[in-house]
Amino acid sequence: MELSTVWFVIIAVLWTGYFVLEGFDFGVGMLLPVLGRGGDAELTEKRRRVMINTIGPVWDGNEVWVITAAGAMFAAFPHWYATMFSAFYLPLLLILVALIVRALGIDYRPKRDEAQWRRNCDLAITFGSTVPAFVWGLAFTSVVRGLPINADKDFTGSLLDLFHPVAILGGLVTVALFLTHGALFTALKTMGPISDDARRVAARTGVVAAVLALVLLVLLGTSNGNAASWVTSVLAAAALVGSLVANSRDRNGWAFLGTFVAIALAVVTYFLMLFPNVMPSSTNPAWSLTTENASSTHYTLTIMTWVAVVFTPVVLLYQSWTYWIFRKRIGTQHLPATSSH
Amino acid sequence: MDNLDLARWQFAITTVYHFLFVPVTIGLSAVVAWYHSAWVRRRRPDDLRLAKFFGKLFTINFALGLVTGLVQEFQFGMNWSSYSRFVGDIFGAPLALEALLAFFLESTFLGLWIFGWGRLPERLHAACMWIVHVGTLLSAYFILAANSFMQNPVGWRFNPDTGRAELTDFMAVLTNKVQLVTFPHIVTAAYMVGGATVMAVALWHLRRRDVGADAPMYRRSTRLGAIVTLVAAMGVGLTGDIQGKIMTDVQPMKMAAAEALYETSDGHAPFSLLTIGSLNGQEEKFAITVPSLLSFLATGHFDGTVQGINDLKKEYAQKYGEAGNPMTRDATYTPNIPLAYWSFRLMIGVGMSAALIALVVLWVTRGDRIPRARWWHWVLMATPLLPLFGNSFGWIFTEIGRQPWLVFGVYTTQSGVSPSVSAGDVVTSMVVYTLLYGALAVIEVKLFLKYVRAGAQPFEEPPKPDHHDDEDAELAFAY
Repeated sequence: MELSTVWFVIIAVLWTGYFVLEGFDFGVGMLLPVLGRGGDAELTEKRRRVMINTIGPVWDGNEVWVITAAGAMFAAFPHWYATMFSAFYLPLLLILVALIVRALGIDYRPKRDEAQWRRNCDLAITFGSTVPAFVWGLAFTSVVRGLPINADKDFTGSLLDLFHPVAILGGLVTVALFLTHGALFTALKTMGPISDDARRVAARTGVVAAVLALVLLVLLGTSNGNAASWVTSVLAAAALVGSLVANSRDRNGWAFLGTFVAIALAVVTYFLMLFPNVMPSSTNPAWSLTTENASSTHYTLTIMTWVAVVFTPVVLLYQSWTYWIFRKRIGTQHLPATSSH
Repeated sequence: MDNLDLARWQFAITTVYHFLFVPVTIGLSAVVAWYHSAWVRRRRPDDLRLAKFFGKLFTINFALGLVTGLVQEFQFGMNWSSYSRFVGDIFGAPLALEALLAFFLESTFLGLWIFGWGRLPERLHAACMWIVHVGTLLSAYFILAANSFMQNPVGWRFNPDTGRAELTDFMAVLTNKVQLVTFPHIVTAAYMVGGATVMAVALWHLRRRDVGADAPMYRRSTRLGAIVTLVAAMGVGLTGDIQGKIMTDVQPMKMAAAEALYETSDGHAPFSLLTIGSLNGQEEKFAITVPSLLSFLATGHFDGTVQGINDLKKEYAQKYGEAGNPMTRDATYTPNIPLAYWSFRLMIGVGMSAALIALVVLWVTRGDRIPRARWWHWVLMATPLLPLFGNSFGWIFTEIGRQPWLVFGVYTTQSGVSPSVSAGDVVTSMVVYTLLYGALAVIEVKLFLKYVRAGAQPFEEPPKPDHHDDEDAELAFAY
């Protein structure tokens, strides 16, 4: 296999890692106003704290997957990185703003004991989780569909080209999927009423996600699909349905694994639809960016391959270990009266 | 202002802002790790209290460093897409390595450290913060390797077929002579910030009327901070001196700009501490100078020759202007002289004034003395900011001094900007960043000061690691 193909696979893996991991912490953030609601102010606050604590030790590490994905694109496919990041200038600005306020919302929330402060932080977390969930779906759907790109590999369209109805549908699908993924994560990691409520929410958002995803995959599949992408589409749909079945039987672990696999396969489907292009040009297919014409030199790719082969397993090992350390379910009874953080 | 000017301003603003958090992160992570290990080793409750106290200040700062760093990584593609295409084969690798080797380490192990009380064996728990610190150093190494390539391109060739710069020797990029001296310079400068922060915060508490039994703890911490500041300052000075000579060698224009030296000096070139009047090289000006110092800074000899701006300009015009390469042709070849001149002086001046304060602090806190004069309050408020701004001026100097080049001698800044991004887009993002960053600065400084004022919390025996077998036990240190 060509090294540029290897790197296409590695970048697909990195984005997959990002969406399956940060997907659930986006979901938890979006569900804060829904699941984080109790009978009174005190219970509401406790439930929100439980939810934030389920992602507390891991969300930051999850976010590094996007930094690594972008860095790897820059290193292995400079043209892909340059074209995509300059084309999505304003959408990416929106993502950056969202990720900034979200990070501070999570980190600064417990650091002031004031109701208004916590409300503002909750708002930041919910906004900051919803916006990237939508915009990433929109952006990747646009990339798969193709964008106006000229012979110099530069984007020539406008903001309107990025907001095609199918792309908007793509954004809605990621939002619905991450909502379900986050609800199932909450169900798995908590106990008592929050866990039960999370299951019920997942049952509802899961159906919406399944319907929207089906429409999207059929639409995209007809225009951009190939044999392999149809297979993964069907498998992704099956995983999602399996997840919903497991959820209805109160099998939290299997249900979460279901959305985990469904999201992973959906990302794989997108990358299969792209290959061997990385950014198809809707202006002239000859001007499309491919794994060949957008890549770095063989020498750079060789070095990067060695580094990735050696260090990616190490990263996976210690990240998995973190999840193991914090494997315990938590409930409102585990919270200290005030956070000492 | 066009797209180019706007993109430059935006990069400058967001970089300087990002780098306010970086030195604090590097410096404070070492301090926290130090106190945490000290607690594990010798069981003195004060060490644990200080580890948690500075740990809180560290986490407040870390969050902002991370997210503003994300802006930096995206910005190359968003605003400088032509540059990213041209140099991605070389420049992308250190960025990817930084994410894979450093950012995962920092984020994951910081999460383990914050939430690890009672879950991890205590030696391992303390080790987590050391690992975070190693992550910050690795991160600094890779990003400085990328920057050093821009100052002194090595290990590459120009491929005329693709019109791109291509990597030929990755080890050469990682061991660039500019990099080998810049890395210790930046790291010691970061330790100065960490040291000065600890010194100022601890002394502020030591001077409190109600400090009571905590006085010995804050005194030790004050003095540790002062010693770190002083030792780090020596490192900064030493590496800075070597850096000056390497800079004279690879970027003589930058050294000439640092002194606003227009005419080549055949020896004993003086260094001016300050100049009143224009720095355009034509009008009379008043300056306080130290004889032969510039020659020494630039060459290591008091009678060394230092090239002036005018000669270099002619040389560069000949070398780059007539080659016909659109990526290297530029009308001036000179950076903004007043900015380079003053940022160079401010870097040294405000940076080294922190070392002076550290020396005085060591003197006034000797024995059981506590400095009581009221003006100490204001000195302490400024103390962490001095080396911090020293860092900022250092970056402003080195990046301004490189202009008009993006990659010195190879690629101009104006060639690098994104052609598909409109000036309106950049105005939008600049307004958004400026407002957001301004608001964040207010929030973070207020929060930082709130926790500084609260001081080290009373000692609490940390829960034992077997504690999590107890199903209903409380989470320690939870959000």
